[in-house]
Amino acid sequence: MGEANANILKKPNIQHTNPLAQTLLNKLDYDQLTNCMRCGFCLPACPTFRETGMEPESPRGRIALMKAVADGLMDPDQAFQDQMNHCLGCRACEPVCPADVKYGQLIEQARDAIEDHAQHSAPVKGLRKLMFKGVFPRRGSLKLLGGSLAFYQKSGLRKLARGTGIMRLFPEHLREMESILPDATSRGVIERLGTFYPAKGKPIARVALFRGCIMDVMFADTNVHTVQLLSEAGFEVVIPEAQVCCGALHAHSGEMEEARSLARLNVGAFKEAGVDYIASNAGGCGALLSEYDHLLHGDADEGMREDAKWFAHRVIDVSRLIVEHGRVPRFAEKHAADAETAVTYQDSCHLRNVMKSGSAPRELLRGIEGASFVEMKEADRCCGSAGIYNVTQPEMAGQLLEHKMEHAADTQARYLLTSNPGCLLQMKLGIEKHKPPFRMEAMHIVDYLYERLALSPENKPQEK
Amino acid sequence: MLNPEIKAKLRAIVGEKHFRDDPEALVAHSYDGTPMLQSLPDGVIYPSSAQEVSDIMKVLFEYKVPLVSRGSGSNLCGGTVPVEGGIVMVMHRMNRILEVDRDNLTATVQPGLITAEFIAHIEGMGLFYPPDPSSMRISTIGGNIAECSGGLRGLKYGTTKDYVIGLEAVLADGRIIRTGGKLMKDVAGYDLTKLLVGSEGTLAVITEATLKLIPPPKAKKTMLAMYRDLYGAARTVSRIIESKIIPATLEFMDNPTIRVVDDFAKLGLPLDMEAILLIEQDGEPESVERDVERIREICELESADRIEVAESREEAEKLLTARRSAFTALARLRPTTILEDATVPRSRIADMVLRINEIAKKYNVTIATFGHAGDGNLHPTATTDARDTEEIHRVEAAFAEIFEASIELGGTITGEHGVGVVKAPYLEWKVGEPGIEIMRGIKAAFDPHNLLNPGKVFAKESKKRVVLQHG
Ligand SMILES: Cc1cc2nc3c(=O)[nH]c(=O)nc-3n(C[C@H](O)[C@H](O)[C@H](O)COP(=O)(O)OP(=O)(O)OC[C@H]3O[C@@H](n4cnc5c(N)ncnc54)[C@H](O)[C@@H]3O)c2cc1C
Ligand code: SF4
Ligand code: SF4
Repeated sequence: MGEANANILKKPNIQHTNPLAQTLLNKLDYDQLTNCMRCGFCLPACPTFRETGMEPESPRGRIALMKAVADGLMDPDQAFQDQMNHCLGCRACEPVCPADVKYGQLIEQARDAIEDHAQHSAPVKGLRKLMFKGVFPRRGSLKLLGGSLAFYQKSGLRKLARGTGIMRLFPEHLREMESILPDATSRGVIERLGTFYPAKGKPIARVALFRGCIMDVMFADTNVHTVQLLSEAGFEVVIPEAQVCCGALHAHSGEMEEARSLARLNVGAFKEAGVDYIASNAGGCGALLSEYDHLLHGDADEGMREDAKWFAHRVIDVSRLIVEHGRVPRFAEKHAADAETAVTYQDSCHLRNVMKSGSAPRELLRGIEGASFVEMKEADRCCGSAGIYNVTQPEMAGQLLEHKMEHAADTQARYLLTSNPGCLLQMKLGIEKHKPPFRMEAMHIVDYLYERLALSPENKPQEK
Repeated sequence: MLNPEIKAKLRAIVGEKHFRDDPEALVAHSYDGTPMLQSLPDGVIYPSSAQEVSDIMKVLFEYKVPLVSRGSGSNLCGGTVPVEGGIVMVMHRMNRILEVDRDNLTATVQPGLITAEFIAHIEGMGLFYPPDPSSMRISTIGGNIAECSGGLRGLKYGTTKDYVIGLEAVLADGRIIRTGGKLMKDVAGYDLTKLLVGSEGTLAVITEATLKLIPPPKAKKTMLAMYRDLYGAARTVSRIIESKIIPATLEFMDNPTIRVVDDFAKLGLPLDMEAILLIEQDGEPESVERDVERIREICELESADRIEVAESREEAEKLLTARRSAFTALARLRPTTILEDATVPRSRIADMVLRINEIAKKYNVTIATFGHAGDGNLHPTATTDARDTEEIHRVEAAFAEIFEASIELGGTITGEHGVGVVKAPYLEWKVGEPGIEIMRGIKAAFDPHNLLNPGKVFAKESKKRVVLQHG
């Protein structure tokens, strides 16, 4: 060992005997691997590095590992695969990277390759197939699932399940999650508002709502409020009916092909609606939507590649849309009788790091009458939710959440606001688990703002 | 490969978790911030105390296994690349602030402490630790000491060496030494403290440092001066110093640097300027005002196109961000970025900038220059592509000539990044044959078996000096 200059520069023209190594070499963007100059500037931004202090747990380390495997310097053993899965995918390493290394793409490519060779046990395989190919892509199935979830929750089955201790058979973190899940519904935003909602006053622009699959089943109210808030801010809103799941969970779990076919369906659906903006109220979805151009850059159909660009450039976070292009409505805190109500905000990683919407939500919150915005320490640090991370890596997720709740408690905020359903659930879980010594409530920023719209009651927006 | 006996002994010292030799750990400790350099170690160890470091060294001494100390691996000279294999010792677990002594104005810290975290802590207590390398958000105090790192405030306040007054270090054979102390005066024998500062991990492993603190300046003002004429900017630097003003910061950026910095940090800098000077003065409020006024006059005299004085702390921070992100922004131009730190006496800066431009032209390579102009420490930065062998050769030839030019102007091959592997072939140009001999003698006295960071500082072969042709 110890040969100097063993750093391989050009994409090696070799045939790996290990099939996974070969797939990695094929799928990883080798230019991105070499673009990393190993300056280490990403280390302090990375939550897993901060928790462990171990170089392999850092973005620089992970990139070096990917490159070492592609170069044939090491085998993609179990430790390597675990390390790739240990990454939150929060992409906090991207905005701080001087060389503009597209880490998010690299980790997706690595996971995609690993997934190609994964030996899942039969039940896991079945579940993955059901979830990724059966449930998420199909609006109908999700609605059915929503319906049965609602039935389970409403019918008292939930009480029964909780009462009899059936839930205790699940691992602890799953049990914890179940207890904070909101009530599901099969009445999504279109069922409640229709596919078109007019602007209040002269329309500024035409906006399409990306309703999201989980959002529309578990957080349908938030979708409805998003539309109404946009309308208040002067936008007319359409909700294309043919839209499907964004594909983020697929992309982050290595199911790239499935993610691409979903993307094509969405691009088609929104192109037809002919809109100025595509508004997203879930950071996780929005980030992938805003990268559809990259996702489909290898598409055989040139028209599709162009349409994907058209699509990606129109995607915008709802807060940013209102702040930068809308007529910001008046908001007033209802509890503020004598003292101001403290509110704080937890960034959605993808909203901040990919969609670059860090300041817009804060600006909106600062403008609320009777409320004071308190910045939380390390608000830009991942909460540990990270898609399905809190299910797959409960230990690290738990550590991150614990620190998060300490910082949240320090703000003394009555409301802890977020912009993404996953983060919201994680915040709710955090409050439930770590019980801050005062009353704190986690809410989606849209719901919070909607409820504080300073309107006379007859002016309140109506549902169908 | 390490034999199982050594591994067992090391594990017994630090525990199972803190010695690793799996492929993942080896790969992740085979590089640092230096382009085009990588080499695998045989093991990685994470000690938690000076005693553990000492016990580890005793084992390594017994089996003659090389050791590379490592902070955050952000150095740019190959300092932590284990070119001869052996063990990489990561200091991150030893990251505590042991004491801040307000009576003596000193702080005692462990080497794995992150520089920016230390500075934030100290400033929170109303005190001041000036060395601020651009990499301070990741670099460790141990790494700063071993490289004698400088920063933006080097001109007025000096560099790391001016603030290290005491050290605890572990020798190659495992013995622990203490040097200096909380003393502003100490002439008991040779100054081993200063010798260890900048020793690049080749003489001992630093396990604790006592650092000098100073009271913070009461006021500070930041200004930018922009020039369409590069030489005007360079002359301004010389003139400010001639007028007996020592600004806290006097930084320089040329046009290619300005363009990428603006693109990266979105600061709205004017893109048609050939050079920008970032100038800061601190001290008593009245004298700061006076100095800034005088500097403004000098800038005008040298026909600065625009002069901006920051009116608030936020504005000042914005101006500082421009300079702090210079390297990081340049890195986006091409896949490979080679950042050098040739340094000249500050009176020769104008000449040096000129020479760098000529040399870049001669070899047809892109070199953007920025740097700590006030102390003559320039960062000519080549943006290139390591995969293009022909171009890399031209870049290397250009740099050899830049080093040569710098020595000719009374300067040095490295002002703050250290020698490591990268500058080793050029060291003799600066210190001469007797200089190398003395240094080898010092190395042998500390580390007779060449176990500490072998392959660094001393080259197997010195580079031949090129004969310069000036056009
Ligand atoms: C983008 C960028 C900007 C930079 N800007 C500057 C700058 O402005 N000024 C500047 O001076 N440098 C700068 N550097 C270089 C580098 O950051 C500094 O040299 C820094 O001090 C290294 O700290 P580290 O903790 O990363 O040390 P490492 O890179 O880990 O180690 C550096 C050297 O110190 C030795 N070492 C580390 N810890 C110990 C110890 N406890 N005992 C003995 N030896 C030890 C190592 O063996 C090695 O030789 C920059 C680097 C980058 C990538
Ligand atoms: S900041 Fe970017 S270039 Fe630097 S080590 Fe991290 S990924 Fe690589
Ligand atoms: S995506 Fe997040 S967890 Fe993964 S390497 Fe980047 S900063 Fe770390």
